[in-house]
Amino acid sequence: MIEVKELTKSYGPTLAVNNVSFNANAGEVVGFIGPNGAGKTTTMRILTCYLTADAGTATVAGFDVLEHAIDVRKNVGYLPESAPLYADMGVVEYLKFMAEIREIPKSQRKERMRTVVDICGLEGVIQKDIGELSKGFRQRVGLAQSLIHDPPILILDEPTSGLDPTQTIEIRNLIKDIGQEKLVLFSTHILPEVAATCSRILMINHGQIVANGTLEELVNQVRSENILHVAIKGTEDEITTKLRQLEGITEVTPVSTDNGIVRYEIASGQDISDVSSTIFNAAVQNRWDLVELNQESIDLEQIFLHYTTGQTRGTYPSPKPESNEDVDSTEEE
Amino acid sequence: MQNINIIFKKEFRSYFNSPIAYIFITFFLGISSWLFFQTFFFGNQAEMRGFFGLMPWIFLFFIPAVTMKLWAEEKKMGTAEILMTLPIRDYEVVIGKFLASFGLLAVSVLFSIAIPISVALLGDPDEGTIVCGYIGLLLMGGAYLAIGLFASTLTENQIIAFIIGITTCFVLLIIGTDYVLFSAPDWLYPIFSYLGLGVHYSSILRGVIDSRDIIYYLTIMGFFLYISTLMVESRKWR
Repeated sequence: MIEVKELTKSYGPTLAVNNVSFNANAGEVVGFIGPNGAGKTTTMRILTCYLTADAGTATVAGFDVLEHAIDVRKNVGYLPESAPLYADMGVVEYLKFMAEIREIPKSQRKERMRTVVDICGLEGVIQKDIGELSKGFRQRVGLAQSLIHDPPILILDEPTSGLDPTQTIEIRNLIKDIGQEKLVLFSTHILPEVAATCSRILMINHGQIVANGTLEELVNQVRSENILHVAIKGTEDEITTKLRQLEGITEVTPVSTDNGIVRYEIASGQDISDVSSTIFNAAVQNRWDLVELNQESIDLEQIFLHYTTGQTRGTYPSPKPESNEDVDSTEEE
Repeated sequence: MQNINIIFKKEFRSYFNSPIAYIFITFFLGISSWLFFQTFFFGNQAEMRGFFGLMPWIFLFFIPAVTMKLWAEEKKMGTAEILMTLPIRDYEVVIGKFLASFGLLAVSVLFSIAIPISVALLGDPDEGTIVCGYIGLLLMGGAYLAIGLFASTLTENQIIAFIIGITTCFVLLIIGTDYVLFSAPDWLYPIFSYLGLGVHYSSILRGVIDSRDIIYYLTIMGFFLYISTLMVESRKWR
């Protein structure tokens, strides 16, 4: 539905979008993610025909953005950053204006307006002027506006910025729902949001796409080796030596010793579950108290840093490994 | 056509949703009638010449105030980004906005009919010149509005739009005045006297509506609306 080929756009000497290419189809929620000034907004503006690219082509819903701008716009619902709306208009008046300009037949106008008011939870504020609304409600009116003509493609620029946590979750769920049948392309710099909502991630930095894939694919790309975090009660030297002798383990690094519990980082080129059972069996044989055994979880922040700063594992302040996944700890007498 | 109409309705309503329309109408009528009646009774003649003569100068300050927000505000608030990504063409928005400001001007001018009515009660003015005067007023007003609208496309600051609007109108107005024409070099004389914003208006005020005068104002409106559209489109390339 969206096909972008070698898109380039510069503002004066600044290259905002540099040779960007990607495809996206119906039924996808594509998270567009990158640091501030990476080119997210510019790309979206080109796709909505607000700006024109210097080079490259973009096709939205089968229409070229340059030659059939009006047809492109008919098929797209767009919410720009920070939801700019007319403060002097009433909520209903605004939605009616949008419905008219979106050429919704008069007979369906009321029904469409009611639907988007329902979806976006605007019942409580329909009597008000937009200028009186809080940031969160304005954002919802902006979203309602982008949905009113039931577009096959939805482009949202930081739709959850400025919302409270409840509202954020609501909007995320809404995006997920819409993304079941349609194409949603949304930008954010909130990383957990992408993990929570997107079926695919497009990471952009300095105007270039640096990563494109599902969260799982990106995790696998970043993880060059399998890392296990192991904590064992016992004497450090003895355990270290024995661990190093185990099959399939390439590196054993003691990280800390605390109350007789030694923590290790163990690297292996082999499948992670094989290595886990090797270590587990070794612990059983040697009668060690295995306190912790888990796989290092790579989160989006690490992937993001990996692609945006080019830094690799270990050189950035890594967050504490979370032990909510793959916990496989055991104790034995 | 449909889209122009939707934009027109939205913008026209927005004038009346805010205090702008009411302040504009009140002060426009208040100031023009005060200035007019101040000298009216000295002439001892029931005629509207003085009223129409004031208008090019009153419009100079009032009209850029009406048009300054039309684009500058959209750009400043970012609402242009939604507006210009709707399935409408840039020129449709420009024309819709122009017509809305023209509508406000027409309403104000309509209210000023109280002045010729009072004059008619005091004497026997020439209805023909009054009708011509009103036609001239709307044509000249349209030209001022188109210039003001153009000024608004140049900036996102309303005050700057206001000042550019006034200055452009002022320059175009004074080049047609006798004072400037007498001191202008000979070769400039026909150009200035043709381009002067008030020249064709004065000729309409004499009671004769010449197609050349109408064409002049329509050309000015067309030209400034055209370059406004170009300015609006230029966002894409910059």
